[in-house]
Amino acid sequence: MPLILSIALTHVRGRLRQSIVSVLGVMLGVGFSIAMAALMQGSQEDFIATLVDAMPHVEVSDEARDPAPPPAARFFDAVNVIGARPDDDTRGLRNPARLRAMLDSWLPGRMTMTLAGQAVLRYGGRDVAVSLTGIDPAGYLRVSNIGDDMRAGSFEELAANLNGIVVGDGVAEKLGARLGDTIAVSTSAEAVRRLKIVGLYHTGVTQADDATAYAMLKTAQVLFARPDVVNRISVKLDDINAARAVAARIERMTGYRSTSWQEANESLMEVLVVRNVIMYTVVGAILLVAGFGIFTIVSTIVHEKARDIAILKSLGFGQGDIRRIFLIEGLVIGAAGSVLGSVLGYLITLGLDSVTFEVRTNVEMTSLPLTYSPLHYLIASGFALLSAGIAGYLPARRAAKLNPVEIIRGAS
Amino acid sequence: MSAIAEEAADAVAGAGAPPLIEARRLTRILPGTVPVTLVREIDLTIRAGEFVAITGPSGSGKSSLLYLLGLLDSPTEGEVLIEGEPTHLLSERRRAATRLSTLGFVFQFHFLLPEFSVTDNVMIPMRKLGRLPAREMRERARGLLADLGLGDHLDKRPDQLSGGQRQRVAVARALANEPPAILADEPTGSLDSRSSDQVFDILRALVDDHGKTVIAVTHDLDMAARMDRRLHLVDGMLADP
Repeated sequence: MPLILSIALTHVRGRLRQSIVSVLGVMLGVGFSIAMAALMQGSQEDFIATLVDAMPHVEVSDEARDPAPPPAARFFDAVNVIGARPDDDTRGLRNPARLRAMLDSWLPGRMTMTLAGQAVLRYGGRDVAVSLTGIDPAGYLRVSNIGDDMRAGSFEELAANLNGIVVGDGVAEKLGARLGDTIAVSTSAEAVRRLKIVGLYHTGVTQADDATAYAMLKTAQVLFARPDVVNRISVKLDDINAARAVAARIERMTGYRSTSWQEANESLMEVLVVRNVIMYTVVGAILLVAGFGIFTIVSTIVHEKARDIAILKSLGFGQGDIRRIFLIEGLVIGAAGSVLGSVLGYLITLGLDSVTFEVRTNVEMTSLPLTYSPLHYLIASGFALLSAGIAGYLPARRAAKLNPVEIIRGAS
Repeated sequence: MSAIAEEAADAVAGAGAPPLIEARRLTRILPGTVPVTLVREIDLTIRAGEFVAITGPSGSGKSSLLYLLGLLDSPTEGEVLIEGEPTHLLSERRRAATRLSTLGFVFQFHFLLPEFSVTDNVMIPMRKLGRLPAREMRERARGLLADLGLGDHLDKRPDQLSGGQRQRVAVARALANEPPAILADEPTGSLDSRSSDQVFDILRALVDDHGKTVIAVTHDLDMAARMDRRLHLVDGMLADP
C-alpha cells in the first residue's frame, strides 16, 4: 500500500468513532438521494408515459400559429388596415390527401387524420359535454395506446357500426349509461344522432376519461356538418424526444399549427423541472451537511496530528505529500459513505418498490413508480466524493502550511 | 556485518574532509510588532565526520540554528549550503527532498508515529524515498533496530517502549536513508543518565565508526565536552565558550 494512503488510513482508523459517524452521514445522504432520484425520475417517466400514451406525440390542427394578414394588407402597401373583416373561411385542413402524401414520405412514425369538435352527450336526462373525435379506428389505434385501456367493448366495433361511440368510463358514469346503451349526441351544428356505446376506456387521466369520446370519422363529419373535412392530424413518433423537431418541420412545410406533446404540456413540464430542482437542492443540502461532517473530522485529525505533520515534514515530506494525506482521508470517508450509501439507496428503492396503494387523483397508481438507473448512483456518489474532496482539501491545505518548527518548539 | 557497519567503509573524520553543511551570514528574525532575532550573522562550516555540539543558555538560538541548518526553517538573511549547494533558492519540494536524502533528525521527544510499529516507523523515510524494494526496506529497518539493541522490540508500538528505547528508534529512523548528517535537538534532554549515555554512545559511534556527521544541540556541557567541536551561542550569535 502506498505510504501516503497507509498514513491516511491509519489516521482515519485512529478516529474510528468519528470517522464512522462521518461515513454514516455520507451514506445517508447518498442513500436517500439515490432513492429520491429513483422515485422522482420514476414518477416523472410514469407521468410522461401516461400523458404521452393518451395523446399524439404531435398534433397538427387546422389553424395557423399567427393569424393571416387581411387581404387588403397583402395587396396594398398599407401600414394598417382598419375595419377589414376576415372571410368566413371554411375550417379544416385543406387537401388532406396531399398533406398525407407529403408527410408519409419522411415522417419517422405513424399518423392518422381526425375531425374533432365539441359535442353534448345525453342519456336519461343527463348531459355531459365532451370532446368528440371522429376517427378511422384502425389508423387511430396505430397512433394511440388507448386500445390498451379498454374496460369494455373495443374500437374495432366502431368500424363495424357507424352508429357506435366509444366513451371514457367517467363519461359513462356521469351519464349513468353502460355498454350497449344508446345515447343522444348533439353538436353546435344542430345535428343530433343516437349512437350506441360500443366501448368504454379508462386511461387513468381524468380529463380523458371524463370528457372525451370517439366516433367514426364519417359519423363525426355528419354530426359537425362538415362532410369530407378533417381538422387534426395525429402523429405517433418512433422517438418521442423527436417531437419538437418533427412538429417544427411539419409547421414549416404545411403552415398549420403543429404542437408537440412537450409544447402541449409546457406548464406541466415546467413543474417537473421545478420539482427536479427542488429535489436536487434537497439532496445537495443533505450531502453538504455530510460534507461538513467530513470537514469536522479531517480538521480534528489535522489538529490532533499537528506533531505528526511536523515530524513527517522533518523526515522529508513536502507540503504536497501532507496535503494528499488529509485529502485522501476526506476522500476515503466519502468513498466509504458512497459505497455504503449506494447499497442503502438500492435497498430503500427496493423497499419503496414493494409498497402498493391506490390513489385516484389525476393519475392512478397502484405502486410507486421507480426507475433504477446507474446514473443516479454515479451522480450521488460523484457529488458525495466532490463534497468529501472539498471538505478534506480545506483542512489538508491548512495542514500542509503548518510550520514544523513552531510545532516542534511547542511539543512537550 | 551489521547494517550500520556496512556504511563505515568511507568514514572520514574532521579536518581535511569536504564541507557538508555551511552557513553564511545566517540570520533569522521572527516578524511581528516586536521582531525577535533568533540567530544573527552566523558563519560556520561543518565538515563530514565531525561531531559538533551547539551549546548556549536558554533562548540563545541553539535550536533555531539547528532548524536552519536542517532546512526546516528558512533564514531571513544569509544562506545554508548543503554539500556545497546553496539552498535558499530551492523550492519547498527540493528542500523536503534534501531533508529526506541528506539529513536525519532526532528530537528531544522521540516524535515517533504512535499508530505504527517500531519497524514501520523506521521504514517511513525509506518508503518515502522509495530507493529499495519493500523487503529490503524491512530488512534494513530491522537491522538498524537490532544494531541499536532493539531486536526484541521490532513489532511493538512506541508506547510499549521506554523513553531511551524510543529515542534509539528515533535514531534508527534518522539513519534509515543513510544520510551523511544527523541533526539532534537535545537528544538526551528527556532521558535518565543511563539512557542518555546509551544514546550519546550511539551518536559517538556513528561519527567514529561510520563517518557520519552529527550536530547536536545540548544543555549538557559535560556531553558537549566529549564531542569534537563546540559552537557556543549567546543572544543568537556565535561566542567563545
